[in-house]
Amino acid sequence: MNNYLNKTYIILDRELKGYFRTPLASIFLLVFLALSSGMTFFLGRFFERDQADLTAFFSWHPWLFLVLMPAIGMRLWAEERRSGTIELLITLPVTNTQLVVGKFLASWIFTLIALILTMPIWITVNYLGEPDNHVILISYFGSWLMAGAFLALTSCLSALTKNQVIAFIISSISGFVLIMAGFNLVLSAVRSWSPNWITETISSMSFLSHFSRIQMGVFDLSTLVFFISMIILCLWINVQLVQVKKAD
Amino acid sequence: MSDKLINATNLKKSFDQFIAVDNIDLSVSRGEVVGFLGPNGAGKSTTMKMLTGFLEPDNGEIFINNINLKSDPLKAKEYIGYLPEGAPSYSDMIVEDFLSFIGKMRGLNNNSLSNRLEEMANKINLKEMWNRPIETLSKGFKRRVGIAQALIHDPDILILDEPTDGLDPNQKHEMRNLIKRISTNKAIVISTHILEEVEAVCSRAVIIANGKLLANDTPKNLENKFLNKNTVSIKVSNKINNVISKEIKSLLKYDDVKIQKTDISTHTILVSDNQKNPNLNTVLKQINKLKLDVIEANFQKVSLEEIFRTITSDNNSK
Repeated sequence: MNNYLNKTYIILDRELKGYFRTPLASIFLLVFLALSSGMTFFLGRFFERDQADLTAFFSWHPWLFLVLMPAIGMRLWAEERRSGTIELLITLPVTNTQLVVGKFLASWIFTLIALILTMPIWITVNYLGEPDNHVILISYFGSWLMAGAFLALTSCLSALTKNQVIAFIISSISGFVLIMAGFNLVLSAVRSWSPNWITETISSMSFLSHFSRIQMGVFDLSTLVFFISMIILCLWINVQLVQVKKAD
Repeated sequence: MSDKLINATNLKKSFDQFIAVDNIDLSVSRGEVVGFLGPNGAGKSTTMKMLTGFLEPDNGEIFINNINLKSDPLKAKEYIGYLPEGAPSYSDMIVEDFLSFIGKMRGLNNNSLSNRLEEMANKINLKEMWNRPIETLSKGFKRRVGIAQALIHDPDILILDEPTDGLDPNQKHEMRNLIKRISTNKAIVISTHILEEVEAVCSRAVIIANGKLLANDTPKNLENKFLNKNTVSIKVSNKINNVISKEIKSLLKYDDVKIQKTDISTHTILVSDNQKNPNLNTVLKQINKLKLDVIEANFQKVSLEEIFRTITSDNNSK
């Protein structure tokens, strides 16, 4: 078990350092911070709302992650397949599960770093008023969980292709579908012809529905189970795809 | 228990309708360097990918140091060092970090890793590039990094897919010397379509084409099997008519004597035999009896290239 975790950690370590070996990490972090602040202050009207909370900050995260998580995760497997290094990895004494989990965790930790760097906005709102820090903490955790689900989906889809751009596009489209599943527009269209349980199922698959509840400070078990199951399912499919597509 | 470090039987692999490898048997012992020869698309790389555990065969079994690769892949892979075709590596990493990563994944602890890294830097001549990103290295150095990653854990088995492809003549020479140096206590399989490589470093040549194994023998034995291709060639500045031609053929006691018109004033007599090498001196003595003017005489030994062409073209014509 120790050896198993050790190898997963070695992969995680290489991948995480890999983000910082190129300008990718700094560019991503800058874009993430610029967009999240821009959306909070301009689109979310942080000051005009005159409320000491971070709703204006977190409500944009699903849309931000829709583009930025595929940008982080698109290279995870597409690049290994394009450069041929997948042959090196698979012939090492390591399982595909260790490889998939190690790579995913690296990208998820990188996202955590990005989220931690937005903490000045939390400090600001505490300086300006008396926000419910419990809700903010839950929202941060929920945001990170949702980012993990986006990343697991991207990692899985990036194993389908050798082209990072294609990986990016299909991941963004799939993410968009998962967000839209919670929209009233979609749900009312489905409700008109389908039984209630189908509408409920579609709604329960939506990243947006789950994240909206988290933003309100409601963090129930179903939300935790949803995001964790989503991550595990995507990574399981990822392992199968690596096995099937490795030699294409 | 077999003393073979690699023992593969009835390997078969298809991609959709295309049969890439068709019932190949291959075994390699310690100390052997096996040259895997074949035209492009013959199935060399596919076979190597199966031996290293990258691809699963549709049929057949592979034992690595008596461990079944299918039932215990992690254990079996520990014994193998592999250089994939094109020597892929993480180009954004520096040489030391890349080799260190592979070493750790191969299970080396900190102490043995630093010893092995030092050994690789010296043995593979990577010292001057040690802290350079791999993407900035020349093709020759990238290949060396590829060899170093395959050797980092001092494996019993080394599988090298076209290790000298794309290198200049000096780099090829260096690479062959390196393979010779490390070959004494390992089982090595090298795929190539360069025949001089096999003659230079391999103790055994395996020829495959269209996924089928066509020959598996030492270069020396392969040459002996094609003795009839060894030819004595005598060029004379005489016109040879039918009468002289018959006289030549009756004088030379060999299986095959051919007389070809080279140009307007010269002819070439080609002598070969199925059982033995034709002797240049004997042939010359017989020719001299006919008072022919010899302007050129030599013995042409069959090259591995000719053997390869004969074997693979025979297979294609079938």
